[in-house]
Amino acid sequence: MTATTEINNIISKENLVYKKTDVLLDNEMHYCPGCTHGVIHKVIAEVIEEMDIQDKTIGVSPVGCSVLAYNYLDIDWQQAAHGRAPALATATSRLMPDKYVFTYQGDGDLASIGCAEIMHACNRGENIVVVFVNNAIYGMTGGQMAPTTLEGQVTATSPYGRDCATTGFPMKMSEMVSLLPGTRFVTRQSAETAGAVRKLKKAIRKGFENTREKKGLSFIEIVGTCSSGWKLSPTQSNEWMKENMFPYYPLGTLKDE
Amino acid sequence: MGDVRLMKGNEVIAEAAIRCGCDGYFGYPITPQSEIMETLMIRRPENETGMVVLQAESEVAAINMVYGGASCGKKVMTSSSSPGISLKAEGITYLAGAELPALIVNIVRGGPGLGTIQPAQSDYFQAVKGGGHGDYKLIVLAPASVQEMNDFVDLGFELSFKYLNPAMILSDGVIGQMMEKVELSDYKPRWTDEEIEKISGSWATNGKKAGSERNISTSLDLDSAKQEVFNHKLQAKYRAMEENDVRFEKIACDDADYLFVAYGSSARICQKSVELAREKGIKVGLLRPITLFPYPTKQIQEMLGQVKGILSVEMSAGQMVEDVRLAVEGKVPVEHFGRYGGIIPTPEEVVEALEEKILGK
Ligand SMILES: Cc1ncc(C[n+]2csc(CCOP(=O)(O)OP(=O)(O)O)c2C)c(N)n1
Ligand code: SF4
Ligand SMILES: [Mg+2]
Repeated sequence: MTATTEINNIISKENLVYKKTDVLLDNEMHYCPGCTHGVIHKVIAEVIEEMDIQDKTIGVSPVGCSVLAYNYLDIDWQQAAHGRAPALATATSRLMPDKYVFTYQGDGDLASIGCAEIMHACNRGENIVVVFVNNAIYGMTGGQMAPTTLEGQVTATSPYGRDCATTGFPMKMSEMVSLLPGTRFVTRQSAETAGAVRKLKKAIRKGFENTREKKGLSFIEIVGTCSSGWKLSPTQSNEWMKENMFPYYPLGTLKDE
Repeated sequence: MGDVRLMKGNEVIAEAAIRCGCDGYFGYPITPQSEIMETLMIRRPENETGMVVLQAESEVAAINMVYGGASCGKKVMTSSSSPGISLKAEGITYLAGAELPALIVNIVRGGPGLGTIQPAQSDYFQAVKGGGHGDYKLIVLAPASVQEMNDFVDLGFELSFKYLNPAMILSDGVIGQMMEKVELSDYKPRWTDEEIEKISGSWATNGKKAGSERNISTSLDLDSAKQEVFNHKLQAKYRAMEENDVRFEKIACDDADYLFVAYGSSARICQKSVELAREKGIKVGLLRPITLFPYPTKQIQEMLGQVKGILSVEMSAGQMVEDVRLAVEGKVPVEHFGRYGGIIPTPEEVVEALEEKILGK
């Protein structure tokens, strides 16, 4: 028996313990190895499949590394201008109240250029899910400083480390939006271990369930890595994240009403 | 005779939106057009037709709400005045790049900067030549009466869905604030989901249908070769607009020796100037472009064997005059007369300018 026939014998329905969801397309991903975006895409796709809402879900992709998210999830997508995803999602959800609308945004997109749009969508309590990927850097444009970049963190535009006296302080978006009465569910998650991914999936599912129950805005922050921007290996990145990001951006649910 | 009323131009925009089956309005207050959203808020169309009306946090947000709504195949619109339109420029080029239909109303005020709240026509370049980045065109309609404010809401949506391109009503504070008799349009119901599926099913992002491809509303293509092909497609669309959808009006042109070219409220003033000049024995006519893009270039050219000179009258330092000159190609003298910064010229001033700048030559 050759190796291939042996494998083919193993791949059978009875032996199936895990299957990639069909909502995740087979297009080759452009993300760097170890990038958190890919894991988050998979989790969202699984939730969409499990809730059977593929035909009712509209994703709004940002400008950032995940601009091409529409290549990976087999749902209808709108590609927004930088930072404006919550505005698109607002109209989409209001004009089609029976649909599931989510934005997928990086920290430059959401916390810097799109600060007004996210704050007001949260304040109005739009019936949407916001997936906020905080990797403390502008990944796509080559690793510049983001509003979430940690004090002392070296980036292309803070080459001597972020100096908070002149550039401001890393912004805690989840804490900020949790103060707005319009948000119903605000949580900060991560995706570096199987356990963390399971928790993340629960949170994302809760977000979409909130949409179904017309509860208002669910804000799900994911602290992630950007090994290319951080100039570390994927494993080093996870270590750096745990050591530096988690203390400043503590994981857990800030609000659940 | 249908529903005839005495109404302000801005109020009529709101009323026409409700009546033409508009699905959503997203705006931000700015003088001299705030009555559009105020009228909608008083009318509460959400209870009548189901139309969504939302005051956004900024013009940037409003135009991006329009992008989201348009992506769903819905009839959506926004309105603003000059400084606000500058903020919308980003969203407008994205709409053009994603080939989305939408209606944008600009009740122009004098600039640059915060300028004045008084009427002007100094946003012609911004509306017709660009405003945002990239090689794109808007369909630009220039109403010259409160009646046309009513009619062009429906026409704007019709053309924007015909070409899958944003359309702009380029008006100004005169027409917006002026009260005139208007015959309001009959009510048209909003499109049902089935109608939207028929009209926009191939591109609307309203949920992927089982067995069909997903729809993506985007203006991005990182492959330059494909981006060039896409730009060719856009250009072909703009040529088709020039071929099929130029609109204009000619007044007293049959025997004219001279010609005014003017749009919107300037055209209203020139109508009076035509009378005044003719009382003096000067045979002048008026060509009023109704679509500023596509521009009535051919119609101006057709007048060239007949007229000895053309005066472009605008409430700007001279913007549309460039398009008149491009049409005329130096065959007869073309001059510009304008008052700006919020000053409206008198019909007498316009006649004097004609005598001095065109007849004096
Ligand atoms: C109006 C505008 N300004 C700037 C850019 C350039 N730009 C593209 S992505 C990006 C930052 C994205 O960072 P982030 O949102 O953190 O996403 P990440 O790539 O890290 O996932 C910037 C500044 C742009 N495309 N548009
Ligand atoms: S640059 Fe960073 S955020 Fe972008 S794909 Fe690579 S690792 Fe991910
Ligand atoms: Mg980032």
